[in-house]
Amino acid sequence: MDQFEFFIRLFNDYTTQTIGMGTAFLGLMSGVLGVYAFLRKQSLLGDAVAHASLPGIALAFLLTGTKNTLLIFAGAALAGWVATFWISGIIRNTRIKSDAALAIVLAVFFGFGLVLLTFVQRMENANQSGLETYLFGQAATLLREDVTAMGIISVFALVVITLLWKEFKLMTFDEQFARTLGFNQKYTDLAINTLIVLSIVIGLQTVGVILMSALLIAPAAAARQWTNRMSTMVLLSAVFGILSGVVGTGISSAGNNLSTGPVIVLVAVAIVVVSFVFAPGRGWLARTIAKNQNRRSLALNKLLEALYQTCQNHRDIKHKHSINIIKAVPGYNQKTLNSLYEKGLIEITGDNQWCLTDQGIEIARESIKPGRSGS
Amino acid sequence: MTMPQIEIQIIASLVAIACAIPGVFLVLRKMAMISDAISHAILPGIVVGFLFTGSINSPVLILLAAATGLLTVVLVEIITSTRMVKEDAAIGLVFPALFSIGVIMISRNFANVHIDTDAVLMGEIAFAPFDRMVIAGVDLGPQHAWVMFAIVVLNLVFTSVFFKELKISTFDAGLAASLGFAPVAMNYALMASVSITTVGAFDAVGAILVVALMIVPASAAYLLTDDLKAMLMISVGFGVFSAISGYWAARFLDVSIAGAMATMSGIVFLVLFIVAPHRGLLSIMKRKKRQKTEFAQMTLAIHIHNHSGKNDDVEERRIGHLAKHLSWTPDFGREIVRQALKHKLIRLEMDVISLTGKGVKFVKAANGLITSKYHPEFETLRKEFIIFAD
Repeated sequence: MDQFEFFIRLFNDYTTQTIGMGTAFLGLMSGVLGVYAFLRKQSLLGDAVAHASLPGIALAFLLTGTKNTLLIFAGAALAGWVATFWISGIIRNTRIKSDAALAIVLAVFFGFGLVLLTFVQRMENANQSGLETYLFGQAATLLREDVTAMGIISVFALVVITLLWKEFKLMTFDEQFARTLGFNQKYTDLAINTLIVLSIVIGLQTVGVILMSALLIAPAAAARQWTNRMSTMVLLSAVFGILSGVVGTGISSAGNNLSTGPVIVLVAVAIVVVSFVFAPGRGWLARTIAKNQNRRSLALNKLLEALYQTCQNHRDIKHKHSINIIKAVPGYNQKTLNSLYEKGLIEITGDNQWCLTDQGIEIARESIKPGRSGS
Repeated sequence: MTMPQIEIQIIASLVAIACAIPGVFLVLRKMAMISDAISHAILPGIVVGFLFTGSINSPVLILLAAATGLLTVVLVEIITSTRMVKEDAAIGLVFPALFSIGVIMISRNFANVHIDTDAVLMGEIAFAPFDRMVIAGVDLGPQHAWVMFAIVVLNLVFTSVFFKELKISTFDAGLAASLGFAPVAMNYALMASVSITTVGAFDAVGAILVVALMIVPASAAYLLTDDLKAMLMISVGFGVFSAISGYWAARFLDVSIAGAMATMSGIVFLVLFIVAPHRGLLSIMKRKKRQKTEFAQMTLAIHIHNHSGKNDDVEERRIGHLAKHLSWTPDFGREIVRQALKHKLIRLEMDVISLTGKGVKFVKAANGLITSKYHPEFETLRKEFIIFAD
């Protein structure tokens, strides 16, 4: 089945419909919440929380014996929560910095999760648990009720974000100012962090604990390149997230049921690379073009000024000079000279003589006025 | 103990030692998450290396995969330098991309690599004794033990030869550069050591748990000491303890060995996080409580002083009044009065408080401390007047 066929089938086949909807919700949620994680410079917190949710998943299964989606979500979210608390506890109370605190919690929780996971696998109903799919994610395991749960959580998150839009925005960009205005920093932080944990949790079944953080950051990092407006960024990031989720799931279903996590992450990273290169303004291409234009116009000005100074040595500013003199002028090169001619700043007469045009003289005078940069 | 058990513990200890040494520098340089990035990102390097060499313990594979680790560091630096995203986001984008490529290579059975994704995450230390190092028909022990031994030696030599350079560039990169110690070169050398160690340890404990053995023992040691050499030794000790106790816990419960090692290191850290002298939660709480009562005694003494002598006001100096004037609960007030009495800062006559000679001196010193622009430590006041507090 090729990709195109998959997207046609998306609207017909029940299973594919379910998976498509699930990944769309997931992309939407991680796209939107990723913006906050990204702008608050918490990109790696997502990584720690995602890894740390593993023991929560295993414990939820161990304690209840069922693989109920909401229970697993709750277990994962709880573990993610405990992880964020421990991380901030370590940072607040010791001299250990945030990077080491993240690494400690990430590795220890994940290790403990593996212990519990291997413990579950030894149990009788191990084969039914299918908890290993939570490591790298398997979209094919999504059921209609999973998608419903994801949908409910996404809608809840979007409602909260809409209601607290102003608070979240202010808290993201200028925490101090927000506090002086009387916003409660503690509760707003709590709300944002909870939503970020939730957005990670709903992706665990599809993308897996190891790579979920990338799906959180990548759409936001891509969206950041295209705009400086928060609202546009959130919308774009949501679109990129949905695109990564749906396209990634499509490719992985088409290709012998690869784990969906790695494929979705690669699609998301591809969007980032495209944005890094092609985004107007911030992108690499736009910046290279701007830099070259800048360099060219500087070179143009420099040559024009040099020519003007040569002309000033004569009483008649329009005195014609031989073309060979130009070659001795500092900053001379053929390309710059051509563009001066094309812009009508110098004129060249038939007998290989040149002089500045009126326009050229005016621009040169303007640019060597004191206070302007240049010679 | 059977022979394979002993061999597994030797390998585990070597892995722990090899990881702890560069780990200390990562923690001190605030680069702990780089170890997370490298441990994920070496995966495609390992797969490609396996394609060329066909052996997971080959030095060529280790160098190839370690090069992928360095590539990660360079990529992160390039992306950060464009200022399109911050460093943490750059890390968070680069390593999942490389790790994803590695996982896809493995699951597509690329080049018939016989690594499954479970091995990537948990390592296969239980099987390590089966790969023997046989030279001229003589069995020299498990191959992996020799690989890890070589890496331990490499890290030890690197750390001792460049100890001064590493130390200065870790604590003051500017000074290191001005003294000609090439902090950038040191940084890349350290990253190379982290990468090689990660690749070597990967086979035993898996990608992510390398992070546990690098960062957790070093952080635990950081709670105990200010001395770099001591920190190195303590973290090696914690690492080996976590590895061996983790191994036995895993055997006992029949669970993932690498997971149990990470869990044990976490328990060591948690215990120290709570009880470490000076820096543990308990001593922080105790110190805060002590500072609170000491500060309250100072407030009390100043309050009494303000209402003695020229502005004498007996009512203000009654015990019952403290609650009202200083917003203290009656219990807290009584406790502070008791402490101040014990330190002979005040006298009590019929519920009326007055300052002793020592109390007056204390108030003068405290006033001097509060009003002077230069603030010597509160500790000097404490040593002079409240030394008997504990």
